[in-house]
Amino acid sequence: MTKPLEVEGLGYDLPGRGKGERRKSRSLVRDVSFTVGAGETLVLLGRSGSGKTTTLKLINRLLEPTSGEVRVAGERAADLPVTRLRRRIGYVIQEVGLFPHFTVERNVGLVPRLEAWPPARIAARVRELLALVGLDPDTFAGRYPHELSGGQRQRVGVARALAADPPLLLLDEPFGALDPITRVELQREFAALEGRLGKGMVFVTHDVREGLLLGSRIGLMLQGRLAFLGTPDEFRRSDHPEVKAFMAAA
Amino acid sequence: MRLWEFYARNSQEVLGLVGQHLYLVAISTGAAIVIGVPLGVLLTRRPAWRGPVLGMANVFQTVPSLALFGFLIPLPFIGGIGARTAIVALVLYALLPIVRNTYEGVAGVDPAVREAGRGMGMTDWQLLTQVELPLGFGVILAGVRVATVVSVGTATIAAAIGAGGLGVYIFRGVAVVDDTLILAGALPAALMALAADGLLGVAARRFAWRGK
Repeated sequence: MTKPLEVEGLGYDLPGRGKGERRKSRSLVRDVSFTVGAGETLVLLGRSGSGKTTTLKLINRLLEPTSGEVRVAGERAADLPVTRLRRRIGYVIQEVGLFPHFTVERNVGLVPRLEAWPPARIAARVRELLALVGLDPDTFAGRYPHELSGGQRQRVGVARALAADPPLLLLDEPFGALDPITRVELQREFAALEGRLGKGMVFVTHDVREGLLLGSRIGLMLQGRLAFLGTPDEFRRSDHPEVKAFMAAA
Repeated sequence: MRLWEFYARNSQEVLGLVGQHLYLVAISTGAAIVIGVPLGVLLTRRPAWRGPVLGMANVFQTVPSLALFGFLIPLPFIGGIGARTAIVALVLYALLPIVRNTYEGVAGVDPAVREAGRGMGMTDWQLLTQVELPLGFGVILAGVRVATVVSVGTATIAAAIGAGGLGVYIFRGVAVVDDTLILAGALPAALMALAADGLLGVAARRFAWRGK
């Protein structure tokens, strides 16, 4: 069985701006390797600027890797047309990015429509997904994003990412902008959802408690490298100074 | 009431000039949209071109309109006396508001919305036609509105190079110092500008998506 995601020696260098001798490239991600199995959530934890989000964007090629290889469900990401690759990867971001001029129904049905599913199948899938993320389809399908609360918007964001049943989901601090109560509510529901979905997930956060709650494994990023990779239990017991710094903050 | 007498006696000529005026404005604004909207979109894709292109469009705006009409006359192909030259000048004037507003309308779309669209696997064309242009439509239409209203006014000067339109009465009135004649040209032009502004305003309220 091929894994939803395999990452090998991934690197990303930003070309330098200076001239001649001073022109040095800056590397934002260096030699990152991990795999994510079906039903598994890898949490990428790290400070701001440690390369977590960059790593995520290298996987769906919003940024093109300068070294290493990414395989999604066994296929080399670099060999696929970029739009086809992205339609196989659910993508959830902190700002959600719902289309404000689309109803909830059209937002969730976006990728199925790009993939030219028959309309009846899209409609059925949208209702199924809204129910899955805890939104009553009859109430919410016809609403516009500005008529939703922040938590409801992110639920729609998750439903949209799952729409075309991708094997892999990338989540970039999906609950980071929510108020604390809504955040905890969504974290709990998400924890329950993870097992049922059976997808590979990469979840970026800087919140240790969130990472320990939701991750099957934790990858700690430090200055563009994966400084630690292990289960939440191993993470708690680790002697790595950066891990300890994070545990002290929890 | 000398104005009404004038219109009554010259109704045929008045209608002809109104028609010419509308023709000048419609053709030039239409052409400016056809050129300006794609150009504005292009600037969002090639940010380095933004300065030079908007700068050029700005320069055309600063040339006094009578002078611009004059400059165009000696040019081959586009120049000469008549409606064609006038239309070229009017297009150059209308271009700036349309290009600038298209650029701003498209560039003003929430970056998170654009990132989500790209991350979902939309092609650049899909993102443009389904997201960026619909969301930027109100701003683009505002540019078209400004361009149209300015064109109605500027087109009166087209009479100076033999392109016809309501400017014919205004120039004749100025030449013979006849207020009625000036008014005979100015009044319908003003009404036309108000009507264009009103109609495009209604269209904006009717069709443009508005933020919460």
